[in-house]
Amino acid sequence: MSKITALNVNGKKLKLDVDSTTSLLAVLRNELDLTGSKYGCGEGECGACTVLIDGLPTKSCIMPVGRIATRQITTIEGLEKDGRLHPVQEAFLKADAMQCAYCTSGMIMASVGLLAKNPKPNRDEIVKGMNGNVCRCGTYQRIITAIESVGKA
Amino acid sequence: MSFDFEVKVFEVEPWLIDKRGRKKAISGTFDKLKFVGQFGENAMSDMQDQADFIEVERYELYESAGYHFQFNRRQFMRTFGAGIVLILPLRRLLAQQGQGARQGESGRGGGGERLPQDVGAWIHLDEDGRLNVFTGKVEIGQNIRTSLAQAIAEELHVPLSMIRMTMADTDLTPFDMGTFGSLTTPAMAPQLRRAAAAARELLIDLAAQQLNVEPGSVRIVDARFVNHDKSKTLSFADVAKGKKLVKMIPEKIATTPAKDWTIAGTSVAKVDGRDFVTGKHQYTTDLKLPGMLTGKVVRPSAFDARLVSADTKAAEAMPGVTVVHDGDFIGVAAPDQQTAASAVKAIAVDWKAPGQPSNADLFDLLRKPVEGGGPGEGRGCGGGSRPVGSITDGLAAADQKLEQSYTVAYIAHAPLEPRAAVAQWKDDKLTVWTGTQRPFGVRNELAEAFHLKEEQVRVIVPDTGSGYGGKHTGECAVEAARLAKAAGKPVKLVWTREEEFTWGYHRPAGVIDIKSGVKKDGTITAWEFHNYNSGASGIQHKYNIPNQSIPFHSSKSPLRQGSYRGLAATANHFARESHIDELAHAVEMDPLEFRLLNLKDERMRGVLDAAAKAFGWDKTPALDHGFGISCGFEKNSYVATCVEVAADWLFPKGSEKESGKEAAKIAAKQNKAAADTSKGASASAAGSKDTATFAVKDDLRIKIIRVVQAFDCGAVVNPLHLKNQIEGAITQALGGAMFEAIQFANGQILNPKFSLYRVPRFSDTPPIEVVLVERKDILSAGAGETPIVGLAPAVANAIFNAAHVRLRSLPLISR
Repeated sequence: MSKITALNVNGKKLKLDVDSTTSLLAVLRNELDLTGSKYGCGEGECGACTVLIDGLPTKSCIMPVGRIATRQITTIEGLEKDGRLHPVQEAFLKADAMQCAYCTSGMIMASVGLLAKNPKPNRDEIVKGMNGNVCRCGTYQRIITAIESVGKA
Repeated sequence: MSFDFEVKVFEVEPWLIDKRGRKKAISGTFDKLKFVGQFGENAMSDMQDQADFIEVERYELYESAGYHFQFNRRQFMRTFGAGIVLILPLRRLLAQQGQGARQGESGRGGGGERLPQDVGAWIHLDEDGRLNVFTGKVEIGQNIRTSLAQAIAEELHVPLSMIRMTMADTDLTPFDMGTFGSLTTPAMAPQLRRAAAAARELLIDLAAQQLNVEPGSVRIVDARFVNHDKSKTLSFADVAKGKKLVKMIPEKIATTPAKDWTIAGTSVAKVDGRDFVTGKHQYTTDLKLPGMLTGKVVRPSAFDARLVSADTKAAEAMPGVTVVHDGDFIGVAAPDQQTAASAVKAIAVDWKAPGQPSNADLFDLLRKPVEGGGPGEGRGCGGGSRPVGSITDGLAAADQKLEQSYTVAYIAHAPLEPRAAVAQWKDDKLTVWTGTQRPFGVRNELAEAFHLKEEQVRVIVPDTGSGYGGKHTGECAVEAARLAKAAGKPVKLVWTREEEFTWGYHRPAGVIDIKSGVKKDGTITAWEFHNYNSGASGIQHKYNIPNQSIPFHSSKSPLRQGSYRGLAATANHFARESHIDELAHAVEMDPLEFRLLNLKDERMRGVLDAAAKAFGWDKTPALDHGFGISCGFEKNSYVATCVEVAADWLFPKGSEKESGKEAAKIAAKQNKAAADTSKGASASAAGSKDTATFAVKDDLRIKIIRVVQAFDCGAVVNPLHLKNQIEGAITQALGGAMFEAIQFANGQILNPKFSLYRVPRFSDTPPIEVVLVERKDILSAGAGETPIVGLAPAVANAIFNAAHVRLRSLPLISR
């Protein structure tokens, strides 16, 4: 089994020593103590583990770390810059787009990825782009509002 | 508002939760493991032969409330350090909760006979001037950390930022029965308000002494105590400094009426929202202790399975792995996730499971009478009611009689954070961090399982990734503690999604049979309503019917079942409000008009009017669209829901199905629509083109176009968070209404993952409009549950309106 010894996470090259088949989510959470990305299903169905890989929203729970060892990984912990929240984080707060907030990291990462590709998405595009992420508390309407507000800004 | 009332022993019938496969499966030192509350000796022996049953709405309160916090001044000071501690006597708090349970919630019984005598809440002003408020309630996404802080800040006359809430830590917070039943707002908030109001008065007295002025001249302005002309001021820290005071809060203390609220009643943002949008908040699943191991449990092949043999040698030989084999429990603790998984794989197990029923047998099984009558048979506290009048007479007086059956499936809570626990033993003390709605109940389970005194167990609940009634029990906590005990190191155990779906519990399935009679003028004359298994919450209604019989019948549930958001109120409202709609059609009346004709209750009429007005009920839906309405009452909140759906028949125009009676109805509707359109009326169809369609029949697809819901829970504490709760409840309701259902056979759950068990997504969610009907003159009721009950019947009624198809089973999607 081959080993992975470094990952590019949130702009830093981090050293580690894991099997290449380990899921990125497990590596982030257990090896790098980046627990903002959550386990929700382990089969890429709920999106609580969503991170960006070279800017693309990716379900980290089903992504073997060996496949993305040389890519740029951004997690929720990497969005805040110099103590300033990312506009999407601000928008989620403003729209009260969360309840228990367990899905929130994944939702925000998926939103950031969506907005990077399509800066002014309409409702249909948001629904399509975000449909892989589950909010069991049902705050979808507010998340749509949050994303729309960033798009308009 | 007087808080004086008599504390009564409620009509209580003790219930046991189903321990199928568990009690038998676990022996040795582990055989005391219980997955639900403890019961008194008598209750246990009385209930022995009913051990296979659960009464879902009632068991929560049976958690032993016999906790007596042996507090004294010294102990408080040791725990909290110097400053001023204010203690609220408990008796009233629990009495209030019991009263809430009895009055506001029709399904849960009270546990009032075991009221603890000591402390309900405390507030600590530390020497740095911070106000720390302690409550046993749990934050699971309902935003009570914010709403309770609002109430306290209001009474203390301080900014919200000065309040720090410590919640759900059994060593630090007062006993609390649990966070359920929408009781935090009606029961806990008023108590904390009283505590805060008393704290303000006491602190003003102390400040006045310190300033050497009359107490009457001191006010709190901008977080400081000031005298009449603001010439002398003190900070909260100044007042607390050097003090070691423990004061009881007086019985009589006035709190601010809702009409004068300035902090409560406003849309304050989630108090620690920033921690959630940055991923900093640590849920149980995120905790890490030094030396911590990862746990994993070997699950039985099916419910009720017994362990025939197990070979654990290979796993035991793995470096750093501890294997626990205790009765039918087998689990491992390992240095990391991968090793834990490998160790579990290396254990060879042979289970033997009895044959068990499947979905196909479900409703027949639930209808089967339980020998000797099950728990809650006929009526119980909050269960079905005593009959009123005579059904026979009522039916005789009717021009039309109707008899129908309705069913609901088992559904899963599927909280996005699965059950998780971190357990740590230090000397004789066990500390467990876990996401549960009943920290003190889980403490009892742990004490019982490990033969400990309650003081030896501490349960801490980090703000949790939701529960919806699904996290009342401490299975995961007990398992983690068992593994940690054997390993001699802290253990974290996080259930997989499959474990969560399989080894948790479900919202009960149920069958409801209704027999009714109605006069030509629309007056309902008879109402006979039988609920089998799903529960008694929301079984009572507000319609004025002279002859009624509304019994609840318990059944032998094939699956482990338990509490769920709104409990059985969803099932009871679905059946009732569908049937009411059927009656309205039977006498050819408008469904709203028919409801209003049979309702005197002013608040129910209020929400119906508000919803209908915002929705545009008086307009006519587009040709292939339909409108549906429902109303409901539960836990002192009122809800009315209007839904517009679009129907899409898959048969070609002019085919057989379009002929005859249906064609006549469609033609009639067409004429009315044409007439309305000429008056300028036309309903909006705001749906997104990506909104999901639901196949409710082989040849009929439905799209939900929009939902309007009016809600009245008395005085509103936080409009922003209330609207969020209501929208969320409607969205969650949509899952159970349209497609959620647990599939099971032979002791196994067949769809235990999100790829097999559909939950609502963005594309399923229609635009939702919430109308708050605020009553500042009425005490705030909880709002986490009742908004869930209206959607399913409103959708079913709208489908009938659109397509003349009556659906009587939840989920509505065809299988």
